[in-house]
Amino acid sequence: MEYFLQQLINGVTLGAIFGLIAIGYTMVYGILGMVNFAHGDVFMIGGFVAVITFLILGVLGLTWVPFALLCMLLIAMVFTGVHGWAVERIGYRALRNSNRLAPLISAIGMSIFLQNYVQLLQGARNKAIPPMISGGVELMTSPTGFTVKFGYMQMVIIAVTTVLMVGFSLLIARTSMGRQQRACEQDMRMARLLGVDVDRTISLTFIMGAALAAVAGMIWLLYYGIIDFYVGFLAGIKAFTAAVLGGIGSLPGAMLGGLLIGLIEVFWSAYFSVEYKDVAAFAILVLVLIFRPTGLLGQPDIEKV
Amino acid sequence: MNQAPLLRVEHLTMRFGGLVAIDDVSFDAGDREITAIIGPNGAGKTTVFNCLTGFYKPTIGRLALHKAGGREFLLERMEGYRIGQTARVARTFQNIRLFPRMSVLENLLVAQHNRLMRASGYTLFGLFGLPVYRQAEAHAVDVARYWLDRIGLTPRADEDAGNMPYGDQRRLEIARAMCTEPILLCLDEPAAGLNARESAELNEMLRFIRDEHKIGVLLIEHDMSVVMKISDHVVVLDYGRKISDGTPEFVRKDPAVIRAYLGEDEDEALPPEVAADLGSRG
Repeated sequence: MEYFLQQLINGVTLGAIFGLIAIGYTMVYGILGMVNFAHGDVFMIGGFVAVITFLILGVLGLTWVPFALLCMLLIAMVFTGVHGWAVERIGYRALRNSNRLAPLISAIGMSIFLQNYVQLLQGARNKAIPPMISGGVELMTSPTGFTVKFGYMQMVIIAVTTVLMVGFSLLIARTSMGRQQRACEQDMRMARLLGVDVDRTISLTFIMGAALAAVAGMIWLLYYGIIDFYVGFLAGIKAFTAAVLGGIGSLPGAMLGGLLIGLIEVFWSAYFSVEYKDVAAFAILVLVLIFRPTGLLGQPDIEKV
Repeated sequence: MNQAPLLRVEHLTMRFGGLVAIDDVSFDAGDREITAIIGPNGAGKTTVFNCLTGFYKPTIGRLALHKAGGREFLLERMEGYRIGQTARVARTFQNIRLFPRMSVLENLLVAQHNRLMRASGYTLFGLFGLPVYRQAEAHAVDVARYWLDRIGLTPRADEDAGNMPYGDQRRLEIARAMCTEPILLCLDEPAAGLNARESAELNEMLRFIRDEHKIGVLLIEHDMSVVMKISDHVVVLDYGRKISDGTPEFVRKDPAVIRAYLGEDEDEALPPEVAADLGSRG
């Protein structure tokens, strides 16, 4: 029981990270119908910007933890947002009206480019930072001596993710900008006729997805204390799996899918074997694609007649 | 010619490869007038609309929109969304293109996003709920309410637009177009698929738009009862060419039009039952 509870806490934490990345996949898919394979690497860039900010703050002597965290968060979001914007502007916009395969290939190219760009600029070695938030609350101890610990880091992660997801859902549901995004998603040409600047809306979608991925990248860095230029590949594919599991194109689906993938991976590692945890996550992707191609919360595409 | 018409189409030609969809068509559409474009299937009516709203770039031709105050917009040179945003031309489609998974109210709010975006400082103020934004939002909702009352959908404002009955969707689409505050409203077969009562309501609505909102309406229509009853000016196309242009009475009696529609000999008179039918509808 105690062991289960501990894994639940770990799983939710990991799921929060995947959920944040998955939102970027699902929004871009919803609006453009393409899978942005570079999104995982945008997440990685978020982590790197956070490392760099951390080091600069250290040099400047600004080490009060809450301030440093906030700085890292904002700077990571801004810089990664710029990267997200550039990826769309350079890699996808010109191909928007070509066949579906072209932007896909371009996305894979963008992904390779971003990895090599970071490898060149930052080196291929791991970057590590010391733990910034340590300690936690001991919830209970089992008779066998196993202690359930809810780390402060985990609390921060879950709190930040919840706030961001709620805020983001409200942004999409309530604001004029969110309405424009949903309008573009449903009928881009009609939205343009109503005077919606479709290009700008798509750019904003990429910026917002990248900013959320940056938060995930920073959380990843803080949680594991380490990051390298290749981390975006696997995390990105898992977040994509999460988006498909939840129903790609659906915002709550991405959050739910992220949570489930996090839980599946953690519980598989806890009760079966750590080596095969990736297999578990991807087996889920295969099963979902076979039995429920629209995902848990996705709607079937209705052909216009 | 000191008073320029609202829309002046000059020598519009649209070729798709070897196919000439529109061949040297010129016409005017006046402010506070309903101008109908009619013609047999494939005459190029919708292509004219597509040129006007930036879907196609005309091969040849000039599409000049004159705003009150003397500003002139050349629609053929404008980028897609600017035609709606700056020149203020709105349009509806033959097949309904609402945003089906947004509520009725939201469909009307999307159309007002330009004003909202400006007021919200591109969402920044909106996030903090500043009064400027709240006022703008309240105003947008008021405008939407006004149209919802007009089309009788106020009680269903929060339902998905895709779940509305067909006739309501048609009128909602016109209401949405009106929420962009257009100076020219282009309607592609608004009466298609409507029953007699709905069709009469539509006529009422179009007259209301012309008289109360004082804008120009450009209409593609097959339903002659609509065309003859409400239009001030009719342009007839056939095989991409303009064959007649004038008041409904003039066009109805124009032999070229009769020939295009009925395909009969030049000197043969209209069969009496057809004439009677046309007359009774008019």
